[in-house]
Amino acid sequence: MISAPAICSALLIAAAPAGIARADEAALHLKDSPDAALVVSKCSICHSVDYIQSNAPFLKRAGWEAEVRKMVKVMGAPLDEAELARVVDYLTLQYGSDAP
Amino acid sequence: MVIRTRRSLLQTALGGLGLLGAGLSGPLARAGLPAGTLASAVLDALAGKRPLLKRSYRPPNYESPVSYLNEVITPNDRFFVRWHLADIPTIDVASWRLSIGGDGASRPFELTLAQLQHEFEPVELTAVCQCAGNRRGLSDPHVPGVQWGNGAMGNARWKGARLKDLLARAGLAKEAVEIAFNGADGPVLEATPDFTKSIPAWKALDENTLVAYEMNGEPLPHWNGYPARIIVPGWTATYWMKQVVSIRALAQPLSSFWMNTAYRIPKGKFPVVDRFLSQESETTTPVTEILVNSLITNLEEGQRFRAGSAIVVQGLAWDGGAGLRRVEVSIDGGRSWQSAQFGADLGRYSARAWQYAFTPRARGRVAVAARASNAQGATQTEQLIFNPAGYYNNVIQPISLEVT
Repeated sequence: MISAPAICSALLIAAAPAGIARADEAALHLKDSPDAALVVSKCSICHSVDYIQSNAPFLKRAGWEAEVRKMVKVMGAPLDEAELARVVDYLTLQYGSDAP
Repeated sequence: MVIRTRRSLLQTALGGLGLLGAGLSGPLARAGLPAGTLASAVLDALAGKRPLLKRSYRPPNYESPVSYLNEVITPNDRFFVRWHLADIPTIDVASWRLSIGGDGASRPFELTLAQLQHEFEPVELTAVCQCAGNRRGLSDPHVPGVQWGNGAMGNARWKGARLKDLLARAGLAKEAVEIAFNGADGPVLEATPDFTKSIPAWKALDENTLVAYEMNGEPLPHWNGYPARIIVPGWTATYWMKQVVSIRALAQPLSSFWMNTAYRIPKGKFPVVDRFLSQESETTTPVTEILVNSLITNLEEGQRFRAGSAIVVQGLAWDGGAGLRRVEVSIDGGRSWQSAQFGADLGRYSARAWQYAFTPRARGRVAVAARASNAQGATQTEQLIFNPAGYYNNVIQPISLEVT
């Protein structure tokens, strides 16, 4: 059992370091390609990139584009249109089902 | 700590290939997880947990290996973990408060954990907590999302206060249509919608809907919502808000991404009975009660047995609280079915153990499957009811055994 450690500040609830990746997450490695670094830098703001690895390889380009647009429009991911296009290209080519 | 056992990964991989059932002669087909899901799964132990199957590190989404579900009560350290957003605080119980209010309540108030525990009559019940997307990874075709296998579920004994008692103290108004919940967790980016959920007032006033502070006789594990979470027996776990800090009675339906867009199914496609009228749209409706389902928990795909020796098939069955009527087992790929024996009845919201024994005489493959039926006459489907988010998968799952 966990005993919740009382390491909280005066704030009702101490915010955990949300942006800090877990040690095991650091070992995740996306397929090499010039835009892999862009994908990691944007997507891993909010989630580990095993979301990408595990959702593969069944999405076609339209499916990946829908996911990335949802992340931008609904979840607030900070990508401009040019970055979005590069991320969709990367995901389609490296983790898509209709990759050439 | 990461524990990668080659054997477990291999078993997961084999079980997920989806090809092993191809030689079965009956009407049932075995679905598999995506290749990328199998490749990225590891057994990893979160603090206080035994190794679970990691689907994502952050936010943490971990499911129980099926073998952990081979007992009717799922121990806390084997219980699955599911979070939507990555900012998950460690709760300081001395400063934790639960606020009850909203525009549908005339006397808003706050509770400490001790007050929640001592000022309201404690209620205990056993109930299945199952993610609406459990088995999403088995959808054919595959759909995006956390690629769950069978283990995004558990069955536990919950103890807490009745939500209706808290709402009565808060002066719940007749006009309240929904009761909304928020937890202490939050998004990494301010722009991301916070995870908030609501249930209809009628469901909140059900005497079985609880604000639980114990799970299997112990405080809730951090990963399962310490110090308190909402328990909505019979309904999918999306409504079981963890680390709950806010309960609001609403005169208008809750407007939130997690209600209006997520956790919805096409209207009329599933045999659900409970309706969530204030959230229904022209074409979609929120998920509500758990569909009748079963799981074989003691056998693995491809497991070998000797001809002439008994094989015991055991597992769990559960539904949304209507009451299980029977579990049947097929040993010929779904062409004929025989009744299994039920274990103890732990209440209508609990999973129920069952078992069935048979002795194969001939060598070769035996396709074993289970199907549960409930008091509403509902049973599991042979074919997937496809929906784009992969909810409500209760397809009968064959397991192919080798008799040598």
